[in-house]
Amino acid sequence: MSDASNAHPALLDVRDVSKAFGAVEVLRSVSLQVKRGEVVTVIGPSGSGKTTLLRCVNFLESYDSGSIRIDGREVGYREAGTRQRRSERDLAAMRAETGMVFQSYNLFPHLTAAGNIMLGLTKVRGKSQAEARTVAEHWLGRVGLAHKADSLPAELSGGQQQRVGIARAVAMEPKILLLDEITSALDPELVGEVLAVVRSLAEDGMTMLMVTHEMAFARDASSRIVFMADGGVSAVGPPKEILAAETTNERLRTFLARFRASHF
Amino acid sequence: MGYALNFNLIWRHFDKLWGGLLLSLELAVISITIGVVIGLVLAVWYVSAGRVVRAVIAGYVEFIRNVPLILLVYLVFYGLPTVVDLAYSAPTSFVLTLSVYSGAYLVEVFRSGLEAVPRGQLDAGKAIGLTPWQRLLHVRLPAMLRITLPALSNTFISLFKDTSIASVISVPELTFGAQWINFNTFRIVEVYLVTTAMYLVTGYIMLFGLRLVERRSRAAR
Repeated sequence: MSDASNAHPALLDVRDVSKAFGAVEVLRSVSLQVKRGEVVTVIGPSGSGKTTLLRCVNFLESYDSGSIRIDGREVGYREAGTRQRRSERDLAAMRAETGMVFQSYNLFPHLTAAGNIMLGLTKVRGKSQAEARTVAEHWLGRVGLAHKADSLPAELSGGQQQRVGIARAVAMEPKILLLDEITSALDPELVGEVLAVVRSLAEDGMTMLMVTHEMAFARDASSRIVFMADGGVSAVGPPKEILAAETTNERLRTFLARFRASHF
Repeated sequence: MGYALNFNLIWRHFDKLWGGLLLSLELAVISITIGVVIGLVLAVWYVSAGRVVRAVIAGYVEFIRNVPLILLVYLVFYGLPTVVDLAYSAPTSFVLTLSVYSGAYLVEVFRSGLEAVPRGQLDAGKAIGLTPWQRLLHVRLPAMLRITLPALSNTFISLFKDTSIASVISVPELTFGAQWINFNTFRIVEVYLVTTAMYLVTGYIMLFGLRLVERRSRAAR
């Protein structure tokens, strides 16, 4: 991990982040770095804190200690280690720098596909309706939905909705894209079209941190894989190393064995 | 029984009913509009407020919902001016009462709607960098409206019918017009048949209009 963070400062720098829901420790001193242009995948059994970690990165969840920096700026709290929460206005501005795609798409149901993308562009980025529409159409084209610009979410399939979700996130030109199990709610035959979009974004150099259960995709698309267990980072490395059957990490081996048993 | 229906006297005084219906609609529209403002403001305040504000708003809602409207009408029209130095006409007094009354019911409708908006949509609003105010305006309220439309239709129609209570303080709305005709012609069956039909038709027209809005928004779900 150190070889990744020394030469160039990481775009995303998570250090010793801990969080508890009451007595349950969901994150235990988690550290991880993502460099510009990297695709880092987080895997692990459910309940291992993957999604919570992702939600801390754009401060949809607060954390109890540690620090999360994007491009050198502390995310949720004011600088100088005061643990003083940023103002809502500040938080909104920080969040606009990270894109997030959700497991359940979370499109705004009253807005069309284009409208979903345009909302942030007009209200947050201050673009005119016409400019925003052009950007929205560009990104809908990129995800293969140019012809669905004026469709409402209810008129789209799950895979199409998720592609709109991706377009909505990337249209804001975020520094980093967070993908939270984005294919888990999809019918198996729709997974491919969504992953194809993610792959093409990776090829364009989009920095991504993603949580997924798609091991084959993680192996092919990631620069590095982070294995989380019990709220902590248990192993980090290139896909080949992490997904190797002969890994010495006991927990990882159990996870992979269970995973293979249930998926193949 | 040798009662023969005779509507002639009703038609002769029909202007009392027609004028009454228009006044009923006017009372309803003004009161509901004010009630919607009260309801929206308090509901939005409620879902983001602390315990004290919540308790005060809940107290208002509970008070209104547990007191008969007719009592509130008497209290505001006869009671209030004797305590404070106020003078208002009967229609104004009734609009004031029905506004506060409808506000309490609408707080409940809007509050439950706001709380029913899926959290994921609010997260999505946060994730693209909307401020709390923008999230409310562009994400939560539109989503809340489509959730509450069916309940809202029922409440509106119910409040329209409640305007009949204005007759007890001699506001010349539809029910008062019916009473006037009854007292002056003794055609009790005819006048209340016609009046019932007028409430019914107006209610159906309102329902039809609101259902149209509902259907359009459901298509958009």
